[in-house]
Amino acid sequence: MTRVDEPLDSRRTPPRSLALAVSVALLLGLALTLLPALSAQAATDDLVLAQSEDDEPSPTLLFGTFRNQEGPVEGIEASVSSEDGSLLEAVTTDENGQWEVEVPEGGTYLVTVESLPEGISLRDDEEPTTEASVDEGRRQAVIFRLGEANPTEGFSERAAQQLLSGVRFGLIIAMTAVGLSLVFGTTGLINFAHGEFVVFGAIITWFINVSAGVNLIIATALGVVASGVLGAAVDRALFRPLRRRGLSLFQLLVVTIGLSLTIRFTLLMFYGGSTRRYTDYVGQQQVTLGPLAATPRDLTIMALSIVVLVLVATMLRTSRLGKAMRAVADNRDLAESSGIDVERIIGIVWIVGAGLAGLGGIFYGTSLGVNYFSGFQLLLLMFAGVILGGLGTAYGAMFGSLVVGIITELSVLWFPDEIKFAWALGVLVIVLLFRPQGLLGRRERIG
Amino acid sequence: MDLISVAETALRSAFGPQAAFYALLAIGLNVHYGYTGLLNFGQVGFMLVGAYGVGISVATFGLSLWAGVGVAVILGIGLALLLGAPTLRLRSDYFAITTIAIAEVLRLLVRSSPATDLTGGPFGLQGVAVDFYAINPLSAGLSLGPLSYPVAVTWSLLVTWTLVVLTTVLVALLMRSPWGRVLRAIREDEDAARSLGKNVFSYKMQSLILGGVIGAFGGAMYAIAGSTVNADVFRPQVTFYAYAVLILGGAASRLGPIIGAVIFWFLFSFVQGFVRQAQSADLLPEFFSSGAIGGAALTLTGIGLMLLVVFRPQGIFGNKRELALDA
Repeated sequence: MTRVDEPLDSRRTPPRSLALAVSVALLLGLALTLLPALSAQAATDDLVLAQSEDDEPSPTLLFGTFRNQEGPVEGIEASVSSEDGSLLEAVTTDENGQWEVEVPEGGTYLVTVESLPEGISLRDDEEPTTEASVDEGRRQAVIFRLGEANPTEGFSERAAQQLLSGVRFGLIIAMTAVGLSLVFGTTGLINFAHGEFVVFGAIITWFINVSAGVNLIIATALGVVASGVLGAAVDRALFRPLRRRGLSLFQLLVVTIGLSLTIRFTLLMFYGGSTRRYTDYVGQQQVTLGPLAATPRDLTIMALSIVVLVLVATMLRTSRLGKAMRAVADNRDLAESSGIDVERIIGIVWIVGAGLAGLGGIFYGTSLGVNYFSGFQLLLLMFAGVILGGLGTAYGAMFGSLVVGIITELSVLWFPDEIKFAWALGVLVIVLLFRPQGLLGRRERIG
Repeated sequence: MDLISVAETALRSAFGPQAAFYALLAIGLNVHYGYTGLLNFGQVGFMLVGAYGVGISVATFGLSLWAGVGVAVILGIGLALLLGAPTLRLRSDYFAITTIAIAEVLRLLVRSSPATDLTGGPFGLQGVAVDFYAINPLSAGLSLGPLSYPVAVTWSLLVTWTLVVLTTVLVALLMRSPWGRVLRAIREDEDAARSLGKNVFSYKMQSLILGGVIGAFGGAMYAIAGSTVNADVFRPQVTFYAYAVLILGGAASRLGPIIGAVIFWFLFSFVQGFVRQAQSADLLPEFFSSGAIGGAALTLTGIGLMLLVVFRPQGIFGNKRELALDA
C-alpha cells in the first residue's frame, strides 16, 4: 500500500503530557472546551472557506509530507529555489515526514528532492524536481510520491501484497463497523459520531503509551476500556434521554453530527493536528512468506482482529446476551414483551460497539499512525461496508467491511492511490441501487 | 482583553464572505430539507461543481467568466440529475449516506493527480476571477463604523449578498406558488401527495435541482471571490456547518438561512477572537498556549448544534408545526 504524502493542513506541535487530563476531561464533560487549541490551524481551515481577513499578514509557505506505505519518512532532504534556480532554503523532513519553507513572496518556485534515506525511492514516474505556485500569504502543499519498498516485483506479487494490505485494512474496518451496525440495528440510529469513537480510542491510547510511557499492550487495554466508557456515557447521558423525548430521525442525525464535531475538535485541542505514532513496535523488519512481506506487528494485528471478530460473532450467535441483542435488533417490541430489558441491552450494545471501535482505532493507529481527523474517512468506509453487508446485521457488517478493505487496496493495482477510497464509496452507491438490503441483508422496503 | 475589537471583528465576519457563501448553501438546503424534506447531506458537492465549473472554464480553458458561471449552473443541474435519479426513491437515511458518499467521491476525484491537467489536482486552480475584479465599478471599500472591507472584498460581497437576496426572494415566491405547496405536501406526507396524482419523484427532482443550483452559485461565488479553487475546502463537514446555519436560523422559514449565517459567523468569530485574546493576555493555562483557536470554536459549534436541535429544532424563525415531520 503506497500512502501518498497527503498535505496536512495543520502545523506540528510537540507532544504534551496530558493522558489523564484528557480522559477525565472527555468523559466527565465538556467544560474544558472553552480552552483554546493546541494546534487548531486545521480546524480553522476546515470551516473558513475563503482567505480570512486576519489582522496580521500570514506568511507565504510551501510545505509537504513524505510518506510511504510504512508511514512518514524522516530524513529526506529537499531544497526550494526560486524560478531562476537560486537556492532559497534546504530542509530535512522531521519524524512526521513533514517539511515547511517560508518563501519571501507569492510566485513560482522549484522544489527538488536532493537525497533520500537508504531503501526509499521516489515513485518511478515522479520527477525529483517540481514547480509549485503559491499566492501571497497562502500555504501551498507540494507533493512527491514515494515508491514501494521494492518496486521491481511483478504484478502477481504486487497483487498478493495488496490483497494482504486489503485484508488487514478490511479487518480493522470490520471491527469498527460492528458497533455502527449493532447500534443501528437496535435503535435505528445512524451514528455519525462513530468514526470519532475510533479516533478517541487511538488517541487515548497514544497518551497512555507515549505521554505516560505505558507499554502499548497495556495501553491498548486501557484505551478499549476508555472507549467503552465513552460509549456508555454517550448512551446514558445523551441518547437514552433523547429516545424518551421521541426525536425525529433528522434531529437524531444532527445530534450525532454535533457529537462528532464536539469529540473531534476536543481531541484536536488536546492532541494537536499532526499524525504521530506509538512508541512500541515501530520500525520493524518485514518478514517474507513466499510473495508476501509484512511486519510481525501487522501480522499480529490481523490475527488479533480475526480472533476478536470470531469472538464477537460467536457471542452474538450463542450467548444469552448475543441472542438478546439480535432479538432487540429484530423486533424491539417483541423482545420487550418477552421479558428482555431492552434499555439495558442497548446500553451494552453501545459499550461493546464503542469498545470495538476504539480497538479498531488502536490497530489502525499502530500500523498507520494516529491523527484526529481520519474518523470521518473511516466512517464513510464503515458505511460502505455496513451497507454492502446489509444494514443492521453484524455479520453483514464484518463481511462487507472486509470486501471494502480489499477493494480499496486492490484498486491501487490499476488506479491512482489517491482515489482508492472513491472505489469503496462507489461500491456503496452501486449496492444501494441494485441490492439495497445488502449482500447478507433481509429484503425489506427501504425505498 | 479588548472585547470591543473582538466584537468588531466578529461583526465584520458576520457580514463577510464566509457568511454569504454559507447563506447561499443554506438557502439551497432549505429548499431540499426545509421545504421538501430531503435529507441532502451532500450539499458541498453542489458547491464543488459550482466552484470547479467556474474554475475549470476560466483557468483551464480560458473561457469568459460568464461562460464559467453558465457551466457552473449546468454542472449543478447535472449533479442533481445524477444524484437524484437513482437515490430519490431511497429511504431518507439511505439518501443521506448516499449524498455524502457521492460528494466525497467528487472531492477525491478532482483532487487526484491524474485530474491535474483539468482541475489542478491537489494544487487547485488559481487566477479564476481576473475578469471579475477588472469590472469592479467601486472606487473605495465599504467603511461603515466597524463594518469596513477593502475595495475588492466589498465588490465581491456586494455581488454575493445581492445573489443571496435574489435567491431568497425567488425561493419565497416559489414556495408561495402551487408548486411550493406540492413540495410541502410531499414533505408532510409523500403517499398522500402521490394519491392526489402528483408525480412525487419529479417534484423531488425539481427541488433537488433548484437547491443544488443555488448551492452551485455559492461555490461559484467562492471561486470568484477568492480567485482560487482548492479541493480540500469541499470536505463533508461544510455541509454540516451549512445545516447548523439553517437550523439556527430556522428551517422552512424565508429568512432563516440569512439570519442563521449572520449569527453563526458572528458567534464563531467572536469565540475565536475571545480565545485568542485570552491567550495573548496569558489567562489560559500554559500548556494551551501554542497554536490557533479553531478547535475551541468548532467544539462549541458541535455542542451548540446538539443543544439547538434538541431544545429548539425550529431555530430562531422557524415554525415548530412546520417541522413536526419525521423526515
